[in-house]
Amino acid sequence: MIDGNALAGPLGEIFAVDVTTARGTCASCGRVDVVATLHLYTEAPGLVGRCPGCEAVTVRLVRGPDRAWLDLRGLVSLEIPLT
Amino acid sequence: MARAAVSRRLTWRVGRLTAVRDETPTARTLVLEVDGWPGHLPGQHVDVRLTAPDGYSTQRSYSIASVADGTTTVELTVQRLDDGEVSPYLTGVFAVGDQVELRGPVGGWFVWRSTGTEPVLLVGGGAGVVPLMAMVRARAAAGSRVPFRLLYSVRTPQDVIYADELRRRVRDDHGLDVTFVYTRSSPDGKPVGRLSVATLNTYGWPADFTPACFVCGPTGFVETVADALVALGHDPGRIRTERFGGS
Repeated sequence: MIDGNALAGPLGEIFAVDVTTARGTCASCGRVDVVATLHLYTEAPGLVGRCPGCEAVTVRLVRGPDRAWLDLRGLVSLEIPLT
Repeated sequence: MARAAVSRRLTWRVGRLTAVRDETPTARTLVLEVDGWPGHLPGQHVDVRLTAPDGYSTQRSYSIASVADGTTTVELTVQRLDDGEVSPYLTGVFAVGDQVELRGPVGGWFVWRSTGTEPVLLVGGGAGVVPLMAMVRARAAAGSRVPFRLLYSVRTPQDVIYADELRRRVRDDHGLDVTFVYTRSSPDGKPVGRLSVATLNTYGWPADFTPACFVCGPTGFVETVADALVALGHDPGRIRTERFGGS
């Protein structure tokens, strides 16, 4: 297990801003924390991010040869710094 | 601005190995020349992608050890994990002149900015010292007078990455203190043990100083240190962590 810092590259391929500095609200427990602090599991067909508070799955990212699938249903919202 | 150029998407670049430095028996610094490298902030990392002749591909994240100096040279320090898939290649087989794909710099969270004014506490376990060393180097390069304290936990004296440079910097970089914690064996007269609340209390900063804390290492190490810092009264919002493997 590593952490959400390692999502910077995979998400940077998709988004123009660094989403790892965004604050996400866990849909399961309501904890608000920076995406970089998610517990990240890489021993799967994709990347699985879990809430550091309750371990609920918050982010799933699967990369195919010519597209990516991003499932964010475990996050109520993302507060993204735009400075 | 250059950032708004046509291709905003993060893409892979080619890095060519120009030199290596063996830091310890199991850690090697790779000096890479990367076309179009835009510079980076201390603490950022790159993703490294290896592709086999049969098309199988795998990637890992490695912290950048060097300071952005306006050149296209990037240094990564890689710790060899004997049961690893990528690190034995990068530290053993990957030779000067060989190429590798890199994506980055990435990561805006575990980053120290030289415009910061608060004292800095760096706590590293093993190869977790690598991004912290980039911060130490960046502090010197920027002429920053922000006081830095580095607590560096290693198994034995032979496992200290950047040992000579740290010794020199403690002498020359005014305002930098380095404390080693040896967990398996130590130089004569030094205690052996784990980094504890007492270590952080003695060699870190008081919470009243509201330091910026950066903690990097294996998962268990990072959790122990972060919990201890909170127990000592540090604001969790000022503790930034980066963890790798070894759950």
